[in-house]
Amino acid sequence: MIPDRIRQEVSAWLDANWRVDRPLIEWREILLEGGWAAPHWPEEWYGRGFTLDQTAVVAEVFRERDAVPAAQVGPRGLASETILACGSDDQKRRFLRPILTGEHTWCQLFSEPGSGSDLAGLSTRAEMKNGKWTINGQKVWNTSAHHADFGLLVARTDWDVPKHQGISYFLLDMRQAGVEARPLRQMNGHQSFNEVFMTNAVVPPEDLIGGEGNGWHVAKTTLSFERRGFSRRVRGSSIDGPKQGPIYEEYEEELRIAAEPYTWYPQREGRVDLVLPRARETGAINDPATRQEIAKLICLYTGARLASDGAEARRKAGTTEIIPAGSIGKLAASVIARQASHVHTMISGADAALSGPDSAADGIIAEVLVSVPAISIAGGTDEIQRNIISERVLGMPKGYRADQGPFRDIKRNA
Amino acid sequence: MQTEFSKEQNLLRDVVSRALRDKSPATAVRELMATDRGYDPAVWQELCGDAGLAGVHVPEVHGGAGGGAVELGIVAEEMGRTLFCGPWFASAVMAGTALLEAANESDREELLPGVADGSTIATLVLDDLDDPAGVGGSITAAANGTLTGAASMAVDAHVADLLLVVASGTGGLGLHAVEGGASGLAIEPLQVVDPTRKLSRVAFTGVPGRHIGEVTGDILNRIWDRICSALAHEMMGGAQHLFETTVSYTKERFQFGRPIGSFQALKHRCADLLLEIEIARALTHHSARCLDSGEGEPCAASMAKAAAADAYMSAARAGIQLRGGIGFTWENDTHLWFKRSKGSEVLFGTPAIHRERMMTMLEGAA
Repeated sequence: MIPDRIRQEVSAWLDANWRVDRPLIEWREILLEGGWAAPHWPEEWYGRGFTLDQTAVVAEVFRERDAVPAAQVGPRGLASETILACGSDDQKRRFLRPILTGEHTWCQLFSEPGSGSDLAGLSTRAEMKNGKWTINGQKVWNTSAHHADFGLLVARTDWDVPKHQGISYFLLDMRQAGVEARPLRQMNGHQSFNEVFMTNAVVPPEDLIGGEGNGWHVAKTTLSFERRGFSRRVRGSSIDGPKQGPIYEEYEEELRIAAEPYTWYPQREGRVDLVLPRARETGAINDPATRQEIAKLICLYTGARLASDGAEARRKAGTTEIIPAGSIGKLAASVIARQASHVHTMISGADAALSGPDSAADGIIAEVLVSVPAISIAGGTDEIQRNIISERVLGMPKGYRADQGPFRDIKRNA
Repeated sequence: MQTEFSKEQNLLRDVVSRALRDKSPATAVRELMATDRGYDPAVWQELCGDAGLAGVHVPEVHGGAGGGAVELGIVAEEMGRTLFCGPWFASAVMAGTALLEAANESDREELLPGVADGSTIATLVLDDLDDPAGVGGSITAAANGTLTGAASMAVDAHVADLLLVVASGTGGLGLHAVEGGASGLAIEPLQVVDPTRKLSRVAFTGVPGRHIGEVTGDILNRIWDRICSALAHEMMGGAQHLFETTVSYTKERFQFGRPIGSFQALKHRCADLLLEIEIARALTHHSARCLDSGEGEPCAASMAKAAAADAYMSAARAGIQLRGGIGFTWENDTHLWFKRSKGSEVLFGTPAIHRERMMTMLEGAA
């Protein structure tokens, strides 16, 4: 369907159905029935089989009309896409609807204290006991787990096969006695994540997804949606300005909760936008050594943007070359953030010793200095990105591995 | 502004690349760099006379192919990849650009066709190769047109039929045409780090010259930007060659029973290098597009020159280091690119000079 036609249809539907005085969930039920909650999904599951470009047109009309869309921010986007891709019809029937309406929030239970970069080395245990899966183990870096209703859980069900083959994927009810989420405080003082402890937590057999021992495949599906932006970072409201009407209050609150873990994310990228204003304000713009470092930062930032635009254009033109834009872009973001942090330090001088309201830009600069170390770790460390680039782009040989054979025999963290 | 190469531009690259791989293998580079002349006239005739590589950026009315900085950059990149030995950079890039930017129309009509078809080997003589702000003062032009003074180094002046000299006269800086064999002209070859690009000291003692155009500060900066953009392209070609051959070497060389390219110490260095090269190449290609469109950042050429020089040196250092001892031998070709990298890094402004020039354009002088 062409964009104009989509616009007309959505507009007509909103004319007939959109009202600001309905409770949020009630509105979203109507949205689901109308087929506009997830237009890129298949028709039998609330969608219209639209392409992502067509779906973007729908979202645009919703924005123009200030109409509240389906709940889609944060880890729930990963849950719904994973269930849609790998789940049974029963699972889709039970879980998709309350995700779209916003009734249920979700979290991801992947990383463990003992397995970070080596996710497939996870050792949370899932055993079938009395007809139910019993879960024991610990997860970490779980955004939103403290208020989530369900979790996307990977756990080991077979210890006698190679590590990727013994993993299963579960949909875990977080509201049970055996599950405890504790906030995890980061070095920058924020609490964006949790640790989740599972002690004899249970999962009914019908909430295993993708089949026993097939969890790694399902996990890769989730990760691919994550890379493609389905857990889009929340930057606050997608509706601009104060809007009149009861539904907006509920919606704003939903967005606020979802956005909370991410408030410091711009700081971990180095706040390049503040470099020149700060340099002018402090007079550091006249210091030859600082000028050199600012110029290096501008070259990196501009060059990385140009390179990524070029890669995107070649990808669209259907190039056959391997462009790991994700890994190169992520590595570039780390280099840029570190250089920005270095430049902010030079600009601030001794003032860089202060934080909070006592410090420059109301604490933003201090937050940059203690947040940048996260960017080269989160979402795959720089070292892992370098492995990916060197092996997949440059075709350099893989290193020798010490994790072959039955998982039981592999050396791992105590 | 253009953001991708056109079909025609990609075709140009393929043709030039094939010709240079054929005409400028490392064996030829080694032979020519050991000679005083430094180039092969027969190859020069083929590439510039027949194939028109000295005139890609010269308008068709002046006998060129009518391209711009992008086309010039494509040729420069391929020349840099193979370390082409010859006065192409001096004649086509430096002198050609000076004529296009500064010469009067009648002088362009007279002088450009020879440069464009390679029958004239020209060069541009500047008394400062660090910073355009430093040009002028060491060579003066008398009212009768004679030149006196010296340039401490000039590229390929020893083989030039035509020297375009930026000299100070009563009305400010001007561009002056001097014939290669003019009386009072002393060209003294210098010992160089990079023997694939010859440098000479050029002294003028009452040398007859002809004033062919004004060189205002703006004009000089435009010439400088175009030369730096082309040089950045040349450097990226060299960097890419070093990078590719170095990565290949790590796959073939075995130590401790495995290819050294399987060690993360080397893989990570190569990944970082790829990133540095990708960023520098994007800035380099962007600089040519900015020059051709008149849009984009005014400091684009300085960004490109600084980033390309740093990336080339990184590739050159890695090229030696990852080869280990063999990389430090004369017999191995890596040092030829290392030396071109060093030579290109410092000519027309070190990265530090370009970063300061960038900042001055963006924020004013310190």
